[in-house]
Formats: sequence, structure tokens, C-alpha cells
Amino acid sequence: MMNWRNDGIAKVTGQAKYADDIKLFDMLHCVPVYSDQIHAEILEIDTSSAEKSQGIVRVITAKDIPGVKKFGQIRKDYSLIAEDKIRYEGDVIALIVADTLENALEAIPKVKAKYNKLKPVLSPNEACKNEVLIHDIYESNLINHHKVRKGNIDKGFAECDLVVEDYYETNFVEHGYLEPESAVCQVRDDGVIEVYGSMQHPFSTRRFTAALLGKKLSEIEVITIPMGGGFGGKDDTAAIVCARTALASWLCKKPVKMTYTREWSIKESYKRHPYQMKYKVGLKAGKIHALECDIVADGGAYTSVSPWVTWRSTVQCGGPYIIPNVHTDVKTYYTNNVYTGAFRGFGSPQVNFAIEQIVEVIADKLGIDAITFRKNNMLRQNSITVSQQKLDNHIVSLDQVLDKLIKESAYYRKLKKCSFGKGDDSKLYGIGLAISYRGCSLGAEGKDFTSAIINVQFDGSILLEVSVHENGQGAETAMINILAKELGVPTSKIRYRRSSTSQIPDGGSTVASRGTLMGGGAVMDAISKLKSLINKVIAPEINCQPSEITYKKNQLISPEGKSVSWEEAMGIMFKNCTYPYAFGSFEAPPVTWDEECGAGKAYFTYVYSAQAAEVEVDIKTKKVKVLDIFAVHDIGKIINKGLLSGQVYGGVVQGLGMALKENLQINDGHIITDNFHNYRIYRANELPRIHDFIIENPDPNTPSGAKGIGEPALELISPAIANAIYRATGKRMKRLPMLAEDICTQ
Amino acid sequence: MHTIINGKEIKLKKNDLEKQLLVFIREDLNLTGTKNGCNKGVCGACTVLINNEPKRSCQLKVKDIINMEVLTIEGMAKDDELHPLQKSFLDHDAVQCGFCTPGMILTAHALLLKNQNPSEAEVRNAIKVNLCRCTGYQQIVDSILAAAKFYR
Repeated sequence: MMNWRNDGIAKVTGQAKYADDIKLFDMLHCVPVYSDQIHAEILEIDTSSAEKSQGIVRVITAKDIPGVKKFGQIRKDYSLIAEDKIRYEGDVIALIVADTLENALEAIPKVKAKYNKLKPVLSPNEACKNEVLIHDIYESNLINHHKVRKGNIDKGFAECDLVVEDYYETNFVEHGYLEPESAVCQVRDDGVIEVYGSMQHPFSTRRFTAALLGKKLSEIEVITIPMGGGFGGKDDTAAIVCARTALASWLCKKPVKMTYTREWSIKESYKRHPYQMKYKVGLKAGKIHALECDIVADGGAYTSVSPWVTWRSTVQCGGPYIIPNVHTDVKTYYTNNVYTGAFRGFGSPQVNFAIEQIVEVIADKLGIDAITFRKNNMLRQNSITVSQQKLDNHIVSLDQVLDKLIKESAYYRKLKKCSFGKGDDSKLYGIGLAISYRGCSLGAEGKDFTSAIINVQFDGSILLEVSVHENGQGAETAMINILAKELGVPTSKIRYRRSSTSQIPDGGSTVASRGTLMGGGAVMDAISKLKSLINKVIAPEINCQPSEITYKKNQLISPEGKSVSWEEAMGIMFKNCTYPYAFGSFEAPPVTWDEECGAGKAYFTYVYSAQAAEVEVDIKTKKVKVLDIFAVHDIGKIINKGLLSGQVYGGVVQGLGMALKENLQINDGHIITDNFHNYRIYRANELPRIHDFIIENPDPNTPSGAKGIGEPALELISPAIANAIYRATGKRMKRLPMLAEDICTQ
Repeated sequence: MHTIINGKEIKLKKNDLEKQLLVFIREDLNLTGTKNGCNKGVCGACTVLINNEPKRSCQLKVKDIINMEVLTIEGMAKDDELHPLQKSFLDHDAVQCGFCTPGMILTAHALLLKNQNPSEAEVRNAIKVNLCRCTGYQQIVDSILAAAKFYR
């Protein structure tokens, strides 16, 4: 069946068990206790009254931590339970463990603490002065500073005949996964601590848990269960919730569950980085000749993966254009705001919002059509990127995706209808588009390799396991699809074995649109090893050479047409005492990066995208209605069309939310929009149909030919919308989200 | 005092009446297909049908279902046979993380019981009470439109 997913039946019948659906015998309940502070020294935490509360088993504070008190994926600056200082409102000062959830909740206000208030730092602009340090162990509030230095920037601008300067900014964005963080942990009779959690990185969760408990990695087993959405947001915070639950279970020697309320989730979990972006672009004879970017990101109270997120902004700061002279600085600062980290898009939606408007501003000034301007400047085969990478190892298809978009959206015809602020009607109309290139997988962020295990049983049924995580996107199904195709067996023969961190080697996080690409690579490697085992045994049975066997329609076939069925073949394997078992791995092709000049082979391949949006703006209310969306992506090769489209639609709508609707409000470090009634995400009746088109140029660098789609789908809709609003109203929107009141006041 | 849940009559105890219906369904009846997404009546993950009307169980108490018929997601499939609406969700790839799916299916079921030939706008309007963060709703809308014929 085409439209099949391995977890589908469980999910439509309500049988799928998410973390909060798990009940263990004699299970206790744990809740976090927050302070009411933003920035303060902790003088005293008094738990005595809470401990006397009904049903309380234990109140845990930082002094109870047997392992390390601070941890993190890059800088180890996050206090899993705050000990000395409060750095943002989401810091947890204690955990309460009780017999029932009600009793645990009741004891929260009974935890008393005394603080010495410190001056809060509420923006990167204050943070950069370093008058108040958020983390005393560091000399400055600067988390990271990435650079791009290409050509000669002064000479470059001196040679320009037109210079355009512009300023753009974006807001915090909440991931808004429907399932709040949750974890269930127990100490097993073999001493292993078992973790069931809503998280998208089991191996990182294991590292956080082992660190907090002072245990070895082998003593923690993180088990994959269904997860209610992640989008990058269930990396750090989710791992931290799991680690704290494991701590409670370890200290109380009983199973413990901790499930977050939506309010706790929004308060504590990291967000997308707000960016302030100063752009200066120089033109010489119609070509982009020089680019200067000064980008500042709000990192909030902790580092999380800010250095990785903001690094992507260097490679993509100039959009998909050829620019000989570049000087870019991307800086992230600590503040006392909610911390910021991984979020689908990962440092590219912000810079795309800026550059894809700026190219249109320039085209207007030059008096040429924005598509022509893009085509005159964009990356093509063998072009050099802003970070000095020659694009010569895959097909650079920007032309192809842009042409497809123009045709499918009837762009030029609709361009003539645009209102530019004038209309007889009560509505203004506009169409806009944007293009992007996006580096696949982690790139020079980190080590990039992953693993797969195929374990065929002697009855022909197959267990497949891959160290990528099912975030809801259908990663498991895509892996099954690849295996089924290569072995010529129906998907019904393959059971995906949900992995645990004790079963399969660490394959990294399922982030960076790397699931299908990297996991698929590992599966392909395992298939090749498995086939060589099987071919050696089966070849004599069907009178051919091992290399001549083909796998089709549940048969292993010789060139002469002699065959055995898959099941017969596995029976023969049994008689030969040969295990049809293979371990595969895939390491991303090498990448390089020079941190000082921001140059190198940043990513081993790129996805090319173009999206267009049509909008209608109400003249009176200035409310923006999205009429139509067109999305074109070159993702290498389609593995599963239905799942692929699902990524496009979901990514576009999340991007629309960031563009037009989602307005996280922080007042003096306190998040005001604490649930879905005031943090509004798109509902079905507010959206148009999305038309998606896929271009396939199989990627020679990946074994399956596939690249990725999760993030490309999200990263460029906000500038497309901004360009459409401009053509409707004549007003440039330079801040995200683009709200009706901002259109009015401009 | 009784209620009918997924076709089965259940006796209600007096001291359960003030309980939140969502907690009663999940914790007492162990029907964990009904999800808690916001606990504020905004996201729709806790949707159940009460006399075929979609209701947010986080906003109700057990006393609200006395002598009513309640349908949760666990009651949709009969004898291990998926309901055509459930099948349609799978056929159209309308499921990703699956957390909104139970509530979404129940809201759609209530719509199709009333209106066997809904327009796309009517479908979108009916399911606006259920948030989904993964799918952008398009494949959900398609699966509901395609399932309508099974209700005619």
C-alpha cells in the first residue's frame, strides 16, 4: 500500500502510548517548582513545610544531585535544578515527588525561597555592555561570534554604484508541539534506569540523565515511544525533564512520572532566536558585489545549541546568491529571557526574511523585475557560496525550482493584479515569492554519522532498527520503505524495532532534516552487507554468481530466471547456520570550516527551494488573509510522497504562523502568552490549500539519493508573505510577526 | 447514575461527579487515547463526543455525562476493524505525531454524522476547534472529504 505508516493504526485508534499514557505499578508523580524571579541569587530554599504536606514522598533540591549540577550540549552552563542563581523565569528550584499528582501540585506554593534580586538583562543590546554578567564564570555575556570574511569588503563597497541599507528583526517563536513534555522513569532490577520520554534525541537525553545521576551511559536506557511533536523543541528541555524524572525515580527508588502543563512547557522550554539584522548590500553593474551583515541573536539564559543555530546563519546570510565580498558577524548574547535553541529552520528563517526582501528592494531601485534580478545573481552549477564553497558535487537546481514556481503559480499574470496600496475594492491584493538554498544535515556543526541494524528472522520476517528518531514525521516508515524496495519484499514483512539507547549505537539527533538522508544511508549500507551474506549462500542454489542475484517481488532471482522465494531463502540461511543480520552505518561526506574567515565546505549537499504566497489585505482592518501558497523543492529523491507532502504543508503552516500570527510576548522576562488561547497558532479555517511540487535530482552524495524536507519547507515563506504584503499595500514589513497594527502604523 | 461510554454502560459514583471528565476518562477508565494538550479548552486534543456533539473533556465534569452517550477514540473501531474515517486518515497521510488525531477524528465524525456532503470550507470550519502543529491540516481535510461517502 502506498499510504501506510507503521504507527498509523495505533495512532488512529488511540492505542499509541505516549509518555503520559504510561502507568507503572506504584508510580509516583513529580512536579517542578519555579521561582518568581528573573535574575536573582538564591539565598535559601526552605522545603520543610512542603515536605509535611499530604502525600509528599520527597522534595528534591540541587543539593540532592549525585552527579554534575550543570550540563549542556555545548557549554555546560544549564543548572538542571538551580542552586546558586536564577537566570530566567523557567529555572526550577525544586522537584516535588508525591503519591498523587494532586498532592504534588498542592505542595508547590509551600516551597519557600529567599532571594537577592539582581539587575535583569532583558536584551542583547544591554547584554553586550557586560555591565551585568549572567554567568559569572564567563568574562562576557557573548555566547558565540561567527564570522564570514570573503574578498575585500572596503574595496568591494568602494567599487559599488548603489548601496542599500536595511534593518530587520524577528521575535521569539514557541514550538507549540501538541504534547507537552513528559517522562516516566523506573529503576530496573538490573540497576539500569529506564527512561520513557517525549524527546527527539534519546542519546542526548541519556547524556543529560547520566550526568545528573553521576552514572555511566550504559547504566541509563532511554526507550523510544511515540512523541507528540518536536520541531527541534524536544531536544534540551525534553532531555532535562527526562533527567529530572530519572533523578526523582533514583532517589525515591520507585517509578516516577512527570508531565508538564502547557504553561510550564511554554515558560521553561527554549524558543526560536529573535534576531536583529543590519544589512548593507552593494551593487556593481546590477550584480551584488558586497554584503555586510551585523546580526545579533538573543540567546536567553543558557547556551543550549545557540552556536550551532547561529552558525547556519553565516552560510545562509546572503541568500542563494553569488557575492564576492562579504563581511558578516553573527553574535549571540546571554540575557535573562527564556533561552533559545533548536527550532525547525535553525537560524535560516531569520536571515531569509531579511535577504529575500532586500533583493526585491534592490530590484525596485534598479528598476528591474525581481525575478530577473535574482536570476542575474543566483547560485548555479560550480558557483561559489558566500562561505567559499564551490557547488560542484550535486545538481544546483535553483533555476529549475524558480521556473517551476513561476509557471505553477502563474506569477507574472498575477503580478499585474497587485494593488500596491491602491484599490477600488475593500481588499488589496499581492503576490510574493522567495527562494533559498539550504545545507543538508549538520554540516560543519558536528560529527555526523548514524547506524542501522537489519535482523532477518528465519521465517522471513524482518526487524529493522535505525538510530534516527520518530518525531511524527514518519522517519520509521521512510526507513521501512527504503528497505522494502531494496529487498523486493512487501512492507508488511518489516517490523520497525523501536530502538533504545542500549540496543543501537548513538546516531545523533533527528534534527537538521537529516533523518531520511542519514538514516537512509545507514540502511543502504546494512542492506549491502546483508545482501552479500545472503547472496553467498543462495547463489549455488540458483546456479549463478553471488553478484548476479536480483531481489524482486519477494523472490531472489538468477539471470536465467531461476529463483527462490524470500522465505525459502531464509530457510536455506538457517540450514547454512548463517545469520541474515547486518549492521550498517553512514558517515556524512567530509565538511570543513575555518572559523576565522567563515569559509569551507560547510555542507556536503544543499536543498533548493522556491515558495510563493498570495495575500489579501483588508483596507480597513489591515488584516492579512493568505489566499494561496505554492511550494517547490528539489529534495533529491522521493522516498514516500504522502509523508513528503505532509512535511511541506506542516512546514509552510508553521512558517506562516511565524510570519503572521505567533506573537510571543515577554514582559520584563516573564512570558505573557502562556497557553494556546493567547499564543495563537493557525487553525484549519484560516488557511488556504497549499500546492506542492517536488523536483527530483537524485543526490550523488547520499546512498538513497534523498536529501531532506523538514526545514526547507519552513524557512522561506515569511519573506514570500512580506513581498506579497508589499505588493498589496506598498509597505515593507521589517519585523516578524507581521501584524495588522504594524501595517497600519508604517 | 449511569453513563454510556463507547457503547458500554458505566455506573457513576457520587464522589466522582465533580472530577474533571478528562481525568476520569484517562486515569479511571484508562482510555488514554483522549489527550491533554492545553487543559484550557483551546487545543481540542481532549475532544470526546457526547450525544454525538464534540466536547472538550477538560472543560467538563463527570456529572455532565450522566445519562449521556460518550464516544472516545477507542470506540471508533469495531471488532478490530477500522472505521472508514480512521482508514481515510491513514490513506491520506493525515497522521504525523498523532497527538491531535483522536480529537480530530472525533470532531470530523460528528460533522459527517450531521452533514454527509460537506464542502471543504465546512470541513475546515468544523475542525477549527482542533489544533494540529504537524500537518498544516491539508491531508486531514482531504481525508474527511473522502470519508464523507461512507456516511451517505
